[in-house]
Amino acid sequence: MHDRPVLQLDAISRSFGPVQALSEVSIDLKPGEILGLLGANGAGKSTLMNILCGLHRPDSGQININGSKADIRSPAEAAGLGIGMVHQHFMLVPNMTVSENIALSLLHCPFFNPLSGLEKSIRERSEQFGLTISPDEFVINLSAGERQRVELMKVLLLSPRILILDEPTSVLTPREAAALFAVLRRFSSEGRSAIFISHKLEEVMQITNRVAVMKNGRLSGVVTTKETDSHELARLMLGSGTAGAGNAGCVRQGDKTLDVSSLTVIGDSGTQALTNVSFCIRSGEILGIAGVSGNGQRELSEAICGLRPVHSGRIFLNGIDLAGKSVRSINEAGVSAIPEERIHYGVAAGLSITDNAILKDYYQQPFSVNHMLQNEAARNHASGIIMQYQVSAPGQDTPVRYLSGGNIQKVIAGREIERRPILLIASHPTYGLDVGATDFIRSQLLLLRHSSAILLISESIDELIRLCDRIAVICAGRITGEFLPGEVTLEQIGLMMGGESVNL
Amino acid sequence: MSAAGLVFAVQGVNPWTALWKIFGGSFCRSFGFFETMTKAIPLILISAGLSIAFRARFWNIGAEGQLLFGCILATGVGLHSSSLPSYCVLPLMFLAGATGGALWGTLPALLREKYRVNEVISTLMLNYIAAEAVQYLIYGPWKGKTQWGFPYTDNFPPAASLPVIPGTRIHWLTLLIGLVMACAAYFLLERSSMGFEIRVSGENPEAARRSGISPLRVSLLVMGLSGGLAGLAGTGELCGVHHHLTYPWAISSGYGFTAIIVAWMAMLNPLWCIPVSLLFAGLLVGGDAIQTSLGLPFATVNVFNGAILFFLMLAEFFRENKISLKRSASAGA
Repeated sequence: MHDRPVLQLDAISRSFGPVQALSEVSIDLKPGEILGLLGANGAGKSTLMNILCGLHRPDSGQININGSKADIRSPAEAAGLGIGMVHQHFMLVPNMTVSENIALSLLHCPFFNPLSGLEKSIRERSEQFGLTISPDEFVINLSAGERQRVELMKVLLLSPRILILDEPTSVLTPREAAALFAVLRRFSSEGRSAIFISHKLEEVMQITNRVAVMKNGRLSGVVTTKETDSHELARLMLGSGTAGAGNAGCVRQGDKTLDVSSLTVIGDSGTQALTNVSFCIRSGEILGIAGVSGNGQRELSEAICGLRPVHSGRIFLNGIDLAGKSVRSINEAGVSAIPEERIHYGVAAGLSITDNAILKDYYQQPFSVNHMLQNEAARNHASGIIMQYQVSAPGQDTPVRYLSGGNIQKVIAGREIERRPILLIASHPTYGLDVGATDFIRSQLLLLRHSSAILLISESIDELIRLCDRIAVICAGRITGEFLPGEVTLEQIGLMMGGESVNL
Repeated sequence: MSAAGLVFAVQGVNPWTALWKIFGGSFCRSFGFFETMTKAIPLILISAGLSIAFRARFWNIGAEGQLLFGCILATGVGLHSSSLPSYCVLPLMFLAGATGGALWGTLPALLREKYRVNEVISTLMLNYIAAEAVQYLIYGPWKGKTQWGFPYTDNFPPAASLPVIPGTRIHWLTLLIGLVMACAAYFLLERSSMGFEIRVSGENPEAARRSGISPLRVSLLVMGLSGGLAGLAGTGELCGVHHHLTYPWAISSGYGFTAIIVAWMAMLNPLWCIPVSLLFAGLLVGGDAIQTSLGLPFATVNVFNGAILFFLMLAEFFRENKISLKRSASAGA
């Protein structure tokens, strides 16, 4: 493969505000090649691909397609240049048929009778790539794997020279994934190229020719798949060396507070989001859940909080089974949660800090007496949180929507921690916060550890190693490993996050 | 306002003259003012109820139907009340009216929470069902024998008549109920833990769910109250003005819809609903006045109302979203 590259990215940089999402990334893609793009969350994979698709524009750097400089200003231009992308989240209209959905995405579709001729071209592509879809079926009746084939067909009909697949296997069963790989191989055998984004090391090893690994917005290495192994990839992804023990000491641990045994939960798409997950947390302990987001972390916290039905398995809190209980009774049993997406799940943004401070206990003493809200008690509670948690706000009557992300998170953390929970579930508690707010939230978690058990779900390995007494790794809804910080190398964590089991 | 003025100007009438005729007639002359008060009564009740529902983001477009269904139940009591002691006829009729409205209101709440039926559609459609039911009853089984063939029910017994302020049509008892209910609604929303649930559900249903608030309970509550208040308003119209069940459009000349505008203009605050109801009642009465004095169709007032709601929503949008002129990304990059 010594041909001229179809795509050359030359020193691409892009920042969002103060965050440098990409710095000087250079990658080239040869004809007929499948290039793996690997990296933890926030490594810059999505930003890079969005630049290729014309959704973002680089601050500096140059894109060459077939040797000539390309300026991609919109997704339509990207399609015109032969770049097609299958997004991780499907963009289909459920109550329309497959061919109608495909017609929607075509750039040059006749205004009248848009489906004419479409059947024929769909059949041609189906045969060409071995991609079977049924054009007259309604999308709502299709499984996740079938929907993805529709997305793929949408892109293939545009005859792309470069196909980008963003985490294509995250919703697929192993058999569906194998079928997808077969399609990909036929695609590349025609001299076309593909970029395959994934965090599953095994798949990357299986399907790609070369792998580009990104870390913190930089390219940390490009390796030929045949000459590498998953250990090297994991090392490139997370860095080398040991995962140093940074835990700020230990506190005396008590009895098992939370005991989850063979928990299985169904996700939004109807597939199993968690399969046979078991772990326990003692009081005085912080258990971390590491893993690339979207591997069942959200479903885990929702199942414990009673927001998502438990399919099978048990969740014991101090010996009482929480499975099947209502959200409120689980709250009352002593479970607190700092949710991810704080503005969507954590606060009622139009209401005041006071109202949000009592969001979970508004109906109980001292905030309500005989169903009447006690404004004085609520305001005192809110001003207490503002003081103790260093929320910078004009006053407790300020609507939460006027606060910054860090201050909103402090209000949520204050509310949840001041409930003095038996168990606190903190999901990505410092995501998107500045250094000061991050340090503050972390120190509050360490303080709470003296009295409670904490389940810390995070994408940041660094954060987990600093705070946790024990870390479990989750991948595709299964716990793939459990270890003490300092016991393993970053490479081993990377392997577990990529779905490989590691002998410790 | 200027758009509404345009409506008058197009029809060849000086807008200022029209405005004077509308508001002067309904507020500055005693007869007009009494009529305004009469029409404000149902508006106060309904808009206070709608404020509760809208605070929970439950879009109740069906107050009209809830009012009418309340009327049906109240009429049922009224027509069969001869055996009852006279002092309990009115309380029973109000109770029946509130129950009917609440039933008609909770049905869409159930449909929304159990089967995800859009409440705008269901409440709107239930308006027509209730109106047709009234028509069926007054032309059919309940058609009065003493009404000379008109499609009315027989008049209610005297015990079912609400006292009025002498010389006016103001049935003061309903007015009192309306004022008390508006205050109660305010108290419920702002000071009670149930009101807290309603406000949180409206602001962020997902956060509400995570704090253990049941969406079904909140929907049933707000629609029970909203429909119940509309049912009370209907009963007041029956017992205070008409004294029999009559054409649906005669019982309620669109109060259920006008009250939507009232509730929004009162910023969903039940206390503000009281003065705003008076204002809009004045518009309705003034609408009658300009029909006779200026020869304009009554629809002109509806256009006026619609324009007010439209610009109100526009103003709300611009209050929430500041417009800033930015260079487009491609030009800036």
